[in-house]
Amino acid sequence: MWDIGAAFQLAMRLIAGGDGALWEIVALSLEVSLISAILACLVGLPAGALVAIQPFPGRRAVVIALNTLLALPSVVVGLVVYLLLSRAGPFGSWGILFTPTAIVIAQTILVLPIVIALARQFVEDGWQEYRELFLSLGVSLARAVRTLLWDLRYSLLTVVLAAFGRAASEVGAVMIVGGNIDGVTRVMTTAIALETSKGDLPLALALGMVLLLFVLALNAAAFALREWSAKRHG
Amino acid sequence: MADRRVFPIEAKLVAVRFGSVTALSAVDLELHGTRRVAILGANGAGKSVLLRTLHGLLQPTEGTITWGGSPARPLDQALVFQRPVMLRRSARGNVEYGLAVRGVPPIERGIRALEAIERVGLLNLMDRQARVLSGGEQQRLALARAWATRPRVLFLDEPTASLDPAAGSEVERVMTEIHAAGTALVFSTHVLGLARRLADDIVFLHQGRIAERTPASQFFSHPQTAEAVHFLRGELPWNGISHRPSTA
Repeated sequence: MWDIGAAFQLAMRLIAGGDGALWEIVALSLEVSLISAILACLVGLPAGALVAIQPFPGRRAVVIALNTLLALPSVVVGLVVYLLLSRAGPFGSWGILFTPTAIVIAQTILVLPIVIALARQFVEDGWQEYRELFLSLGVSLARAVRTLLWDLRYSLLTVVLAAFGRAASEVGAVMIVGGNIDGVTRVMTTAIALETSKGDLPLALALGMVLLLFVLALNAAAFALREWSAKRHG
Repeated sequence: MADRRVFPIEAKLVAVRFGSVTALSAVDLELHGTRRVAILGANGAGKSVLLRTLHGLLQPTEGTITWGGSPARPLDQALVFQRPVMLRRSARGNVEYGLAVRGVPPIERGIRALEAIERVGLLNLMDRQARVLSGGEQQRLALARAWATRPRVLFLDEPTASLDPAAGSEVERVMTEIHAAGTALVFSTHVLGLARRLADDIVFLHQGRIAERTPASQFFSHPQTAEAVHFLRGELPWNGISHRPSTA
């Protein structure tokens, strides 16, 4: 038998004692999520900026499509990536299904629409303010995108943090394409799901607390960053 | 810098409409170099729209704008907005940005930025973040940013409207200097004092049309139209006290 109190105590002991299995899982989680967040931002920030400032035919449709992607069920993303990477799939020969790379791919696809949508919103606000100045100075589109991304860097850093947090807390897609293999593709979320179903609550709880603290720290950092940049730049 | 001729700036039968609202109509105007032109008129007369159209920010709905005979908008001209738009970087960074856009090489950028910042009297603030400067300082920085690019003509939209008197006269001083260095000025204002002190020519707008275009001295002593008479009478009680005699 178990109770929450005992599980909690054991969880604290695991965290404090530097349990090897626990930290290996945490490290892998952070690694794949960070890589996914960075990849998604490399593509998503410029893409969001372009959608924000460049009128083109079908822009409205693109915005609607992006907003739809925001609500994309993650297991569907997992399934699609699985089909693409599986032996019979078009990229089957790469042999990367059930590897951390597969997890990175799934997470990147998941957070990309979030990055684009948030970047679009921030850049659109900045563009409202800068538009006439840019037109007056004769700023090219490429430079306008660069300038806006740079000037809004603190706001956009919060987008990076949001992407990182979202990637780290993903379960379904990661389970499907990673396979939750011990020591290879087991991350915090999939480990929690597994340990809970096995009844090993202390490890699940310890991982849950680490994940919670991590997301809390990210949000606090994002908040502090916004405050600081508002004070600095007015 | 003068890659294309700016002058004459010619508006032919220009109309600007926003949906069903007509901001400008039947505007014929020709501007030549080195004059100081004030666009006068009441709120909503179309001053800002005319200024933006002459600068090339707004496309005329009807009619044409040409610069030196060409419809292509030349780059050696600048506009200072009523509420200055400051990029999120240092004061110096803002001025250098304008030069970078023009393709000025980095070393020359630094020199020219310093020069322009010095002329507007902001050297001691040049490493501050531009957006935390006061309104008057931002306006002078916007002038420095425009000036550093060595425009042939500088447009200014209500340059002193949102400033206190001290900041306003500082902006006037800079405008005078910019003109003395060989740049034509075209500014909109509803402040008669500013037009009296700085303008050689007056373009008087009434309800989106040019009601009068005369030398400043003549406009203030012998306005030609009833609208101008009315405008001058309506404005004078508010600004008359501080008027110095026109030097134009």
